[in-house]
Amino acid sequence: MLEIQGLTKRFGGLTAVRDVTTTFEKNRINAIIGPNGAGKTTFFNLVSGYHKPTSGRIIFDGQDVTGLRPDQVAKLGVARTFQSTTLFDKATVLDNLIVGHRLRTASTFWDVVLNTKRLKEDEHRCRAKAEEVLDFVGLSSVAHHLAADISQEERKRVAFALALATDPKIVLLDEPAGGVNPEETLGLAELIRKMIRKGLTVCLIEHKMDMIMSLADKIVVLDHGEMIAEGTPAQIRSDQRVIEAYLGADYAAA
Amino acid sequence: MTSKTLQKPLLAVLLVLAIVFPMLAANDYYIYVMSLAYIMAIAAVGLNLILGYTGQLNLAHAGFMAIGAYTVGILTVDYGVPYWIAFVAAGFLSAIIGFFAGLLSLRLKGHFFSIFTLCVGFMIYLIIEKSDALTHGTVGIIDIPAPTGIGPIRFDNTWSQYYLVLFFLVVSLWLMSRIVNSLLGRAFIAIRNGEDLAETLGINLMRTKVLAFVLSTFYAGMAGALYAGFVRFIGPAMALESHTFDMIAFILVGGIGTLFGPLLGAVLLTWLTQSLQFLQDFRMIVFGPLLILLVMYFPQGLIGYWRERQARRAAASMQDRRLQRSVIGSQQEVSTNA
Repeated sequence: MLEIQGLTKRFGGLTAVRDVTTTFEKNRINAIIGPNGAGKTTFFNLVSGYHKPTSGRIIFDGQDVTGLRPDQVAKLGVARTFQSTTLFDKATVLDNLIVGHRLRTASTFWDVVLNTKRLKEDEHRCRAKAEEVLDFVGLSSVAHHLAADISQEERKRVAFALALATDPKIVLLDEPAGGVNPEETLGLAELIRKMIRKGLTVCLIEHKMDMIMSLADKIVVLDHGEMIAEGTPAQIRSDQRVIEAYLGADYAAA
Repeated sequence: MTSKTLQKPLLAVLLVLAIVFPMLAANDYYIYVMSLAYIMAIAAVGLNLILGYTGQLNLAHAGFMAIGAYTVGILTVDYGVPYWIAFVAAGFLSAIIGFFAGLLSLRLKGHFFSIFTLCVGFMIYLIIEKSDALTHGTVGIIDIPAPTGIGPIRFDNTWSQYYLVLFFLVVSLWLMSRIVNSLLGRAFIAIRNGEDLAETLGINLMRTKVLAFVLSTFYAGMAGALYAGFVRFIGPAMALESHTFDMIAFILVGGIGTLFGPLLGAVLLTWLTQSLQFLQDFRMIVFGPLLILLVMYFPQGLIGYWRERQARRAAASMQDRRLQRSVIGSQQEVSTNA
């Protein structure tokens, strides 16, 4: 699904990601973990096109996407969420989501001026999509609330919904459970499983180890930009380098 | 009552008021001032598209208005081109120059973009001021012909010109409402909310921003063309950034990122300035604090404040209706069980 070959990103003298090679399989939950500053978000930025890699290749669905712009990558089916989502607070949640499907529509400025049938159909499709994804993430009840008035956990779900509205094949989630309580974390984990059941592929960055260990099919561990381990949760838990660099003795395989 | 059902009758009343205004005005001077306010409002509506909806502070807007005005001035006075042909040319020339200026300046983001456009505006001013042969330099262009009549309608007096300007104002607002309420408008707003997120959603940042920039300069050019035919004298100073700041003030007072904010601001501030005229330069002592108070207590502008209250009320009533429905639903359940 997503193949990373020798991916490296240098910012001046700092190497944020160094020679990472791995693959993320279709319809699996893949997790990226590592200490702060390990290059996890930079890795996401490379995959989603915000940064051009210094070297290496990114193959998505058999297609070389290295060096494409974020909007081009998005059209190919890579969606992502950010650690914090900037919503338009003065509009309703549903209104915020409608633009998410814009990339699958083709109406232009002239359709707007002439108010063509194509524009009306496109707007109808975008609205239907927004309602569909809002239902999927379980937020239909707050569809008409102002975005300013929803909770942190609901915001996280709206971020998921926005990503889903783009009709992606893979969703990159940057700390999907950051800043929400343990109970809500379980709910979000269930939502991620639901995305897998729908046929999506997920790749997430997260610090909540309990969540990762129970959720992920595959874990990639980054430290100082380098991949120090990859494997199943059980393999990662018993990896000496990972324990030293990140997990600490608490998580060593009991 | 939701804001939509309230809006239509309100708009109709406003339009009727605008139509009967010349009959109620004490003298032609008031009609003249109001027409000027409308022209500035058209320019501000355009600026609001790039500033209020797309989130890019373009400080060269007055420069593009000047390009429109000078296109009409030069073509009609020096080349004898009929007013309406020059009028159309003005809009398109501003938009074409806007396209290239946008392509260049939108490579920069945030404050850098604003500072760059400040320079673009000043360059437009300098080019107009120094190109004596083309633009008449510091002297400006005088005796620009009034818009030529269309069929039986003539535009040689303040009244008819007022209605001409009003017509274009209505068309401008109508087109803008279409743009900002469409999917395209949603893409502009998404860019304002966060460029990274917008790009992730598959919006081509550069192309979308350039489109907003070109449309806003087209509005500026049209406003400039109307201005040239209405005031009939233009000078290079109209390209200065102080005029852009006037328009920004209109937008801030009326409501940034709202359809009618720029119009409300233009009309309010124009009349306020007029009524403080007797204070001469001291009027700024009244004007400044008023503006500060407004920004302090109504940071979204007047219409923005009103809209936010409306939106909250609409959200609350939606909630109530859902609650009622669920209460009725559970009551029915109870009764069927019984």
